[in-house]
Amino acid sequence: MADGANGANGSLATSASKDELLSYYRDMLLIRRFEERAGQLYGMGLIGGFCHLYIGQEAVVVGMQAALKDGDQVITAYRDHGHMLATGMSANGVMAELTGRRDGYSKGKGGSMHMFSVEKGFYGGHGIVGAQVSLGTGIGFANKYRNDGKVCLTYFGDGAANQGQVYESFNMAAVWKLPVVFVIENNQYAMGTSIQRSTSETHLHRRGISFNIPGEEVDGMDVVAVREAGKRAVEHARSGKGPMILEMKTYRYRGHSMSDPAKYRTKEEVDEQKAKHDPIEHVKKQLLDGGHVGEDELKQIDREIRDIVVASAEFAQQSPEPDPSELLTDVYL
Amino acid sequence: MTQILMPALSPTMEEGNLAKWLIKPGDKIEPGQVIAEIETDKATMEVEAVDEGVISEILVPAGSQGVKVNTPIAVLDGEDAAAAPKQEAKPAPAQSAEAASPAPARAPQAAPQPDPELPAGTQLVKISLRDALRDAMAEEMRRDPNVFLMGEEVAQYQGAYKVSRGLLDEFGPMRVVDTPITEHGFAGLGVGAAMAGLKPIVEFMTWNFAMQAIDQIINSAAKTLYMSGGQIKSSVVFRGPNGAASRVAAQHSQDYSSWYSHVPGLIVIAPYDAADAKGLLKSAIRNPNPVIFLEHEMLYGNEFEIPDVEEWLVPIGKAKVKRAGSDVTVTAHSRMVGFALKAAEHLAEEGIDVEVVDLRTLRPLDTATIIESVKKTNRLVTVEEGWGQSGVGAEICARVASDAFDWLDAPPTRVHQVDAPLAYAANLEALALPGVDDIIEAVKAVMGR
Repeated sequence: MADGANGANGSLATSASKDELLSYYRDMLLIRRFEERAGQLYGMGLIGGFCHLYIGQEAVVVGMQAALKDGDQVITAYRDHGHMLATGMSANGVMAELTGRRDGYSKGKGGSMHMFSVEKGFYGGHGIVGAQVSLGTGIGFANKYRNDGKVCLTYFGDGAANQGQVYESFNMAAVWKLPVVFVIENNQYAMGTSIQRSTSETHLHRRGISFNIPGEEVDGMDVVAVREAGKRAVEHARSGKGPMILEMKTYRYRGHSMSDPAKYRTKEEVDEQKAKHDPIEHVKKQLLDGGHVGEDELKQIDREIRDIVVASAEFAQQSPEPDPSELLTDVYL
Repeated sequence: MTQILMPALSPTMEEGNLAKWLIKPGDKIEPGQVIAEIETDKATMEVEAVDEGVISEILVPAGSQGVKVNTPIAVLDGEDAAAAPKQEAKPAPAQSAEAASPAPARAPQAAPQPDPELPAGTQLVKISLRDALRDAMAEEMRRDPNVFLMGEEVAQYQGAYKVSRGLLDEFGPMRVVDTPITEHGFAGLGVGAAMAGLKPIVEFMTWNFAMQAIDQIINSAAKTLYMSGGQIKSSVVFRGPNGAASRVAAQHSQDYSSWYSHVPGLIVIAPYDAADAKGLLKSAIRNPNPVIFLEHEMLYGNEFEIPDVEEWLVPIGKAKVKRAGSDVTVTAHSRMVGFALKAAEHLAEEGIDVEVVDLRTLRPLDTATIIESVKKTNRLVTVEEGWGQSGVGAEICARVASDAFDWLDAPPTRVHQVDAPLAYAANLEALALPGVDDIIEAVKAVMGR
């Protein structure tokens, strides 16, 4: 992708094996189909409140996850369903949390924006823009304190990049050389405000310069490019050199949340992204052009993914609401 | 075959207008394809297909107004169709009335234990409040390698108020961490470290500066256990001096007792003397919940007697009767306990026998000890350094009115700071803050003298 708003300096992607590409295709497709189904359940009134879909940005979490080791941690804000699925959390548990049922990851008490799985290294799921950056830096502090070799991926968006505590965290992460990779998912709109209107330095990978944190711009629509950048950054952090910033140039196809008609950008802009830069189509093309697979094999994967997602929607509707006794549990230990 | 339903496109939408169809019967559609435009009360939104298939019928024509959410608007034939959620799928019904038994007003916690019995012959030794706090931290850091202290000037400077004196030498810079001046960031960092299993003690140079960090304290530390269904704990102690010091004016002189005691998920402790400060801080560090520990700068240098025992723990959630009396109950916490005790001495000379209840913990508040005292004295004066509105005293008065109304012989009275920011001028500052004379006056008033 040499052109377009996503503008990374051409793809840095090195080759990936057939198995890797198939795995990324499957993982990205799971996120997309899951999100589409969540949107449908929202439309039916089965999911309430705020629901922020990840459609379009799938390559970021799938590529970054491929750069991690077991035990590494992930934390993000509220556009978080993709991160959860990428860490291996179950579609059933995530969807049941979206519907507010007892089999959800937070027993129905957290909802779309607040889910966690210590087992999978996923530390949320946080609803306050930017708060997860300090929290993720603290998880990195714990890794350094224990000297356990773990790295915490701390995700935030171009909107959160203007929150003060992000820079408080950059400073501490750099001065203490904490094993944290800051992944900025620059989807170019903070709710309805474009980065050009809100941000003086729009090249967000440069935001670490005054903290001596190296940054890199990455084509966030290319899963292999994401993985390669992710490997470099994670290795940098794990080796004791301190934090690194990856700016993922990406794009969300849907509005900020379900109730956002996204009139602040043109239909042509969105259509171009979908037509020319779609991360799933990109991998699909690599698989087909490389002669790795045929259409039939991909179709079979599509069916498997659809079955997982449909089952999760069914599970999320069958799971009962939390027992009223849960109202006052988990307030204190 | 499946039906495509009129979607809800906002948390509050109940109906909308079907402005435009972008597909027609016979069209093959794919997931993600825009099939219609719907007008809500806020905007025109695009509707995308979720399932793959062929449109066999349009049920609601373009231009239809007031289409209710979940009305079938089109029919789709396709392999996905059978698997799509059925129309009758509805949110599970609300729990039946009998199932929703009335819930207690507060989350249950273990009943507080009484203070430990001291072995016969236990010596009392004198120690400043400052050193008692330091000893508590040092003992807990020796006991648990996951406990560490962070904050501004806690390490090399030995503490802005010298509370952490000597800790850097003993525990090193990984466990006694000088932070930049960055309250919001380091409070969040501390909570994150706690979520990952460490036990941070986060010192604020004063609680006034913690207002920069209050989002992390409340939204992250206090709520995440609940929002995670019990998975993620935040075992962190936030501590530092609270309330008015001396002549530092409004921004540096605020009592946060009622602010934090409003919040479920937090434990709030505000000790007066060194024995309670040490024993409660040790309990706070061991507690798995986020704890707000409010100290008082004006007491740091005061010396108190403390039991000379190997392990001194004071239970959280238990008030203490500091002075038994029969005529009137005075509740207080932190520095105000000392004022209440002085007032009680003066009043004793006038024949009024005051019972002073040191609240020690503000959340969970030990209502039982207060009620028991009021049932004995039949009169109540609450004392706090902070403002009156929505204050600790207001809460106590409400609980006493609710639980011991028939035992009251006079309206409960509150003593608190005047309803204004704290002034710099010495005379105005003295007028604003509650003191011994204010307590004496209030007690006399409820005694009808």
